[in-house]
Formats: sequence, C-alpha cells, structure tokens
Amino acid sequence: MLDLSKYQSIGAALKDALEEFSNEVCLIEADREREKERLTYRDFKERARPLAKALQDEGFAMGDRASIIMTNQSKWLISAYAIFYAGGVLVPLDYKLTPDEQWQLLKHSGAKVLITEYPIWRQMSVAAGRAAATNVSSVVVTEAPMNVDLDGAIRWEEFRGNGEPIFVPRTRKEVACIVYSSGTGGRPKGCMMTHENYLEQCVALTSIYPFSPGVRYLSILPTNHAIDFMVGFFGPFICGATVVHLRTLRPEYVREAFSKYKITYVSLVPLVLKNLQKGLQTRFDELPAGKRRIFNVIVAINKALTKSRPRLGLSRRLLRPVHDPFGGELRTIIVGGAFTEPQTLQFFYDLGIPVANGYGLTEAGTAITVNDLKPFRADTVGMPLPGMEIRIVNAGADGIGEVSVRSKTIMSGYLNEPELTAEAIVDGWLMTGDLGRVDATGHLQLFGRKKNMIVTEEGKNIYPEDIEAVFDSLPVKEFCVFAANYIWPQRSMVGEQLLLALHLEPGQTYSEELRRDISARNSKLLNYKRIHGVVLFDEDFPRTASLKIKRNSLAEQLARLDRANVFLPL
Amino acid sequence: MRTLEQTTQEVLDLASKHFKVPAGSLAPEDDFFKKLGIDSLQTLEMLSRLENHFGIELPDYEVQGVSDFRTLAARIQSRL
Repeated sequence: MLDLSKYQSIGAALKDALEEFSNEVCLIEADREREKERLTYRDFKERARPLAKALQDEGFAMGDRASIIMTNQSKWLISAYAIFYAGGVLVPLDYKLTPDEQWQLLKHSGAKVLITEYPIWRQMSVAAGRAAATNVSSVVVTEAPMNVDLDGAIRWEEFRGNGEPIFVPRTRKEVACIVYSSGTGGRPKGCMMTHENYLEQCVALTSIYPFSPGVRYLSILPTNHAIDFMVGFFGPFICGATVVHLRTLRPEYVREAFSKYKITYVSLVPLVLKNLQKGLQTRFDELPAGKRRIFNVIVAINKALTKSRPRLGLSRRLLRPVHDPFGGELRTIIVGGAFTEPQTLQFFYDLGIPVANGYGLTEAGTAITVNDLKPFRADTVGMPLPGMEIRIVNAGADGIGEVSVRSKTIMSGYLNEPELTAEAIVDGWLMTGDLGRVDATGHLQLFGRKKNMIVTEEGKNIYPEDIEAVFDSLPVKEFCVFAANYIWPQRSMVGEQLLLALHLEPGQTYSEELRRDISARNSKLLNYKRIHGVVLFDEDFPRTASLKIKRNSLAEQLARLDRANVFLPL
Repeated sequence: MRTLEQTTQEVLDLASKHFKVPAGSLAPEDDFFKKLGIDSLQTLEMLSRLENHFGIELPDYEVQGVSDFRTLAARIQSRL
C-alpha cells in the first residue's frame, strides 16, 4: 500500500499506484459468462492517458467539474482517473435517477463535461431537463452503435488526445468530488468532498480491511456511491488489488462471479444480504433431518470457536459446502448504505462468513464506524474508525441522543448552500440527525432518526421534499410528505415508510377516486421512493410568512394522532 | 414472429407462474413492484426467467425505470 500521508491528492496517489503496481491486474470486466476485459495497472494508465489529453485539449482545466453517469465498469474508473489527472473535480451521479433528475444535478453541480454510456445518453438526450443545463458543454458517450446520431455528443472511442497530458496537482483541502446525498426534487445537497477526506478515509478503512495485490473486490454497489468509490476504486488501487465489474447484476451471474474470480471482498446493501440469507436458509431447511442435525452441530462448533474473532480457515474447513459457492476465498462481506438487522449479521457470522457492518454518511466520507469483528457484535454498528471522534448530543437518561462526528473525513460543506452547511456542521462537528448511544465498550448502537428522511434497504436516502412534486395539483386543499418515523419515532432503523399527509377541501371525503389518483401518481415514482400510506388531517397546515409549510410544526401536530388509527395504507 | 400482444400475454403468464399469483390476475398496465410485492432483486430474477423463455439477452439498462408489464413487454419485443 502506498503511504498516503505523503500525498496531496487522489490523482497523485493513483498516478503513483499505476506505476508501483504496473504488472498487477487492476480490473476485470465480465458480462454474464463472458469476460470482456482484463487490464493491468499499466493498461489502465494507457487507456486513461488519451482521455485526459482529450479533456485538456477541450479546455478542461484545474477545478473544472466533470460528471460520470455510468453503470459499474472499467470506463467509469478510467474516466475518473483522467478527470483527477487533469486536476478536475469529479461529480459522480446515480445512473438510476431519471434523466431529468440527472440534468437537474448536472446543472446544480456546474459540470462542464459529462461522461456517460449510450443507453443512458439515449434517454438523457431527449429529456426536457437538458435545455436548462447549459453548463454542460461536452458529452462523451461510450459504447454507442456506429449508425446512430449522438445528438451533439462525442464518441468515447474517438475522444482521444495525442501526446502526453499534463498532470495537474491539487492540494488536500481542495475539492475532489461533489457527491449528491439527496435533493433531486428539493434543495440539492452536493457534498463537497476534499482530497484529504478521501486520503484519510482510505487510511482508516484499510487499517482494518487491508487490500493488497491478489485481493479481488467484487464491485456491485454503484461506483457513484461513497462506499464503492472507496472500496471499489481508490482503496484497492492504492494497494495494487483487483476490482471485478459485472455488467449484469442478475443473481445467477453474481453467484458465479464469486467462485470464478475467487472474490476476497464484496460490498452489498442489506436487501441483497437478506436475499442471500433467505437462499441459504432455504437450502438448510431442505436438508434431510439427519443431515440437518449434523449441520446444526457443526454450526454450533463454529460459533464456539469463533466467539472472540473470525477464524476463516477453520470455518471454511468446517462448513465447506456453505463456503465453496462463495469461491472459498471470501474474507468479509462489507454491508452498507443502510442499516442491517442484527439477526442477518449473526446468521452469516455463525456460518463463518464475517459481515462488516458499519455506519456512515456521504457527508462524513465513507464510514464513521465499522465492526472490527474483535469480537463480533451484531447489535452494534461497530467502533469509530481511527481518526473519528463521536459525541452523543442531548443524550437522554438512556444515553440516546443525536450522533455527531468530527474527523478529517467530514465534507467541507454543501455546494452553494452555506445555510444548510451551517446547520449540518456545528463547531466542526457533523450533526448526523441519527439517534444513537455509545456503549461501555465504545461500540455505537443506533436507535432511529431525528431527521425527516428514510433510508431504504437498497441504501437509498429518500427525503420527502424530493418526491412531493409528483403530487402537485392533487385535488385536495394541501398535502405534505413525511417519513413516518419522523412523526412517530419507532426507535428502529428498519421498515421505514413515507406517508402523505392530506388536508381535504371542506366537505371533501377521502374517496376511492382520490385514493386511485394518489396511487397512480405514486406509481410514477421509482419503486423505492413511493409513499406507503395516507394520513388525513383536518386543520390548516401551519405555514411561514412566505406560505411555506412549517414541516416541524405540522409533524408535531400529526404526532398527537394515534398512528394505528390514522395511517391508511395505500 | 410474436405480436406485442402475444409477448405481453406471455410476460404476464410467466410472471404469474413465477410469483405464484392466479393466472389472469395480472394486467399489462399493472405495476409489477406493487402488484407482485417484489423488490428490485426479485425483478432481476424475473428478467432472467423472461430471457430464458424468449431466448434473448435483456441488458439491465433496458429495464431501468420500467415498472409495468406493458413497457417491459415492449422492451422484450424490440429484441425478438
């Protein structure tokens, strides 16, 4: 691993890593059963160089912003490196957003360049939102068929500069990436992450989960997500490890990849982990009674022998039929993006498959705490990583209060939002809006949220303000979307739901027609953004002088209602 | 060559069989996430079944943002 304390920027560290590990395999890209590409660090450098030069030839200069909207693949990482090499600021956006949402964030970010793939561009190029994003002057599109008109975009394959690009150094305190934590419908929250944020986070994470040449990381979480950017790109690269990309995430190909590529680490969201658990449990349940008894005894032995720490070699020998489908070399499943239920974590640990859960926010780099497995504690999200300080603010008698964090990994602020930044970072401490408690051994336990948002099991942050537009012109007096737990705290991080608070017109009833209208509008939202139910409220919503809904006051009024009586499932 | 209507019907039949819901209870305009109560991962499983049935490859990006059977059938039809 490179000594990151010597580096000022992501670009400089990556540049040296490409030299240091030039003969190691850095990327494998597979599409179903076909391996499409296998690149060494030297190959990677050769691919990135003409792109960086072409960017510079186009006038892309230090501090300019370039966005990537792509599914996980080698060209994502090559593009990112080229942007950093040219001294640019990377704006990684979620390829699962709608085209108009993508344009909205591109406009907000001020990106000059967009690098995307043809199927995404096909939809973006005809979206209404394109007209407003006049800041995007160059669009580079990968894998476009030869016979199609790219509507002003440039083919990746033809976007090549001749000669050597100039490496543009950046310093630790300068912005490396603008990462959107939310805000596609409301106020976009573009987290300005500095080079220092990433360098420090990488040191902290790799101290617990080290990468090295020969280690293979399966990249499934979207690379625009902070976790995959760190453990599926920067972390493995500065250690000479290999990243495996799959162009399709069908479960059968993901399963195959584990054994085919002897995967060492993988990051998953809780939804996928639970699905894996379900599949394994079904297999166990189908065992004949005798074999089942023997299996349970072996699991009990494994549990006893791994009580204080994981013993991978031993667990693999004891439970070979369970471990073999994972390739036999899996060290840890990293789970993130949302809260994971303790019983799921325990299920895997008992089988000798350690799952590293943790806690983090985009605003805090990647992770704040990680379970170091020494010993494994399924009931917590682990201890603070090196360099992270945690403080519980306004703790009650039970020790539960708002989790706040201070470290070199905290963002410098939200882009163009000084007020939001001042609310989020108070005297250098990031106020997370999550409720937690630190136990006697220093492990953090989470108990719900103070903020009005939900995180789905797929790791998606959903803010109510972002989805209200779909209910515009709904034939009611007024409406407002809330996270149900924000109104009626459940002290739980799972099963979170959104609700639509409705104030009907005088004499209006909640008719079947209205329910159908709401349901139809709800269906237009991506499935994970949908509301789960309706709450009727028969008073005027409290509003500010400028007639904006006072959400906090309304939430307080709604909280006086009995959820069981007023929540009408859609 | 199948018509779009035939393709749509086959998609509905296969989905009802795979997720064990009564045949005829699904309609082309139904939102499959909601109607079948499935998540994105289960949708990927359904896509694999559909690929095998129709003998095509349906890239993940083709079904990005698709949530109703009719649109899904149209995407399949374009690859037949």
